[in-house]
Amino acid sequence: MKQGLNVFRAIVLTLGFAFLYIPIVSLIVYSFNESRLVTVWGGFSTKWYGALLQNEQILNAAWLSVKVAVLSATLAVVLGTLAGMALARFGPFKGRTLLSGLTTAPLVMPEVITGLSLLLLFVTMEQLLGWPEGRGMTTIVISHITFTMAFVTVVVQSRLSQMDDSLEEAAMDLGARPHKVFFLITLPIISPALLSGWLLAFTLSLDDLVITSFVAGPGSSTLPMVIFSKVRLGVSPDINALATILVAVVAIGALIAGVVMARQQKARDRDAQMALAANQQMIESLKKG
Amino acid sequence: MRGLLKRLGVRGRNAVTAVPYLWLIVFFLIPFAIVLKISFSSTQIAMPPYEPLLHWTGEKLLQIKLNLGNFAFLVEDNLYWMAYLNSIFVAGVSTVICLLIGFPVAYAIARSNPATRNILMLLVVLPFWTSFLLRVYAWIGILKNNGLLNNFLISTGVIDQPIQMLQTDFAVYVGIVYSYLPFMILPLYANLEKMDLTLLEAAADLGCKPWQSFYKITLPLARPGIIAGCLLVFIPAVGEFVIPSLLGDPGMLMIGKVLWTEFFNNRDWPVASAVAIALLLFLVIPIMFYQRAQDAEAGGGVHRL
Repeated sequence: MKQGLNVFRAIVLTLGFAFLYIPIVSLIVYSFNESRLVTVWGGFSTKWYGALLQNEQILNAAWLSVKVAVLSATLAVVLGTLAGMALARFGPFKGRTLLSGLTTAPLVMPEVITGLSLLLLFVTMEQLLGWPEGRGMTTIVISHITFTMAFVTVVVQSRLSQMDDSLEEAAMDLGARPHKVFFLITLPIISPALLSGWLLAFTLSLDDLVITSFVAGPGSSTLPMVIFSKVRLGVSPDINALATILVAVVAIGALIAGVVMARQQKARDRDAQMALAANQQMIESLKKG
Repeated sequence: MRGLLKRLGVRGRNAVTAVPYLWLIVFFLIPFAIVLKISFSSTQIAMPPYEPLLHWTGEKLLQIKLNLGNFAFLVEDNLYWMAYLNSIFVAGVSTVICLLIGFPVAYAIARSNPATRNILMLLVVLPFWTSFLLRVYAWIGILKNNGLLNNFLISTGVIDQPIQMLQTDFAVYVGIVYSYLPFMILPLYANLEKMDLTLLEAAADLGCKPWQSFYKITLPLARPGIIAGCLLVFIPAVGEFVIPSLLGDPGMLMIGKVLWTEFFNNRDWPVASAVAIALLLFLVIPIMFYQRAQDAEAGGGVHRL
């Protein structure tokens, strides 16, 4: 029976991961194709990378996307952390159900609905308040914050609810004020969650097409908008080159994040052990004394 | 300062809650009210292209013009019905296929030893971090007539004419299943990993066959994971726009595409709003289901992304 399970596991995992990775690998392989016909091999070449670097439209759009993603991920982490704190630590309070609803709904809401509703909000606000004037980077950033903060909230909330709150309580007992407890105890402990929340928000923002298309003005095209208009006309090899660069960036980022987190975990384990040992010593000396 | 804040009733806690609360009310809740409002107004050629709902007439009277025409239009025109039904059907079938592929994968990962498990889960999540748009684009290269799959099938002699796969419903199913599979595997894995394996041993000791104990123990215990995974795939898939417009037949009716066309091509904002409201009314029930499942599980797997 054990044998059967292992064979089953090997088959399932091979097929499953082949399905997940073959499209990505094919993108990368054909980015080095000499031929303009993306799927007909015409020899090895890196010319599409050169073409990409000369395409000003793509470069401008990429720069705008990175700016938007950095700004919105940072603000989404701030707002998402506050919401996560409220949901995980404040117990039942008035309006908690609504807050938790408002933070999980954007996770599953179809993007066409979110995009349309945000655009109509901006148009109405402009009529009533005169702000935001027209649509562009500001409206894109606000929209991205709104849909990415939901993901940050989930990450932070789940980290906080796994975390032992006795450390926070101890600090409070020793007379630390709530904000001091937050900055000295809670924040360092949840920092890996904040990092992964930031990266998640950054990626989602960098990748969003539908919501952005609704709220972007005529002058501001983000990278996904440019890619989409190109891809609609058919495959083109410089998009493969772009995809390869993005995959490489993600892979390197994941590797670095993995190493950093493993190191932090080790350091934390060591600290915890030292604290435990010190505690043990103290108890023993107290017993003797 | 502290005293002043206290007198105003603003304590630290309230401030922490108030900031994200206000943000979400202004930028997530109120917009839906505006969509609802505009779905009742009529189109006009102007910017913005709809008539105001509220009119101050001469005698200080507030006149409200409710135009139910947009909804009547949705009900009368078969195109919208077809688009709604087709979207629900496509999303439903894709969800079932995702479950049929995702469950064995999540099960196989959950039964691996702990060190392999984390690496395998990282591999499941990693594609999610690369651009969704580009992953859908990759399938164009695979499915088109002189694409990878057709070339492979011809060279192995399975077929001698390329099969039309791009711009068919098949391509849309492949695209949706491929893009949403990680969302199915994550909650399933989170659930299966926690399962107490001694229950299976006990069942085996008592003479239960493996398939029986799978059916009677594993499956019922995995129910929260199955529900969360299915909702995470189904709800966004109903409104999907990118996949049907890149991989599907141009005439394929999906509600996300219809909304997009009404808005961007026909510039009919009121009808687009009515389409959105109708879609939202249909999705409210599964979304509330999802929320309750999330509250019970507190995080339920999405946090692993």
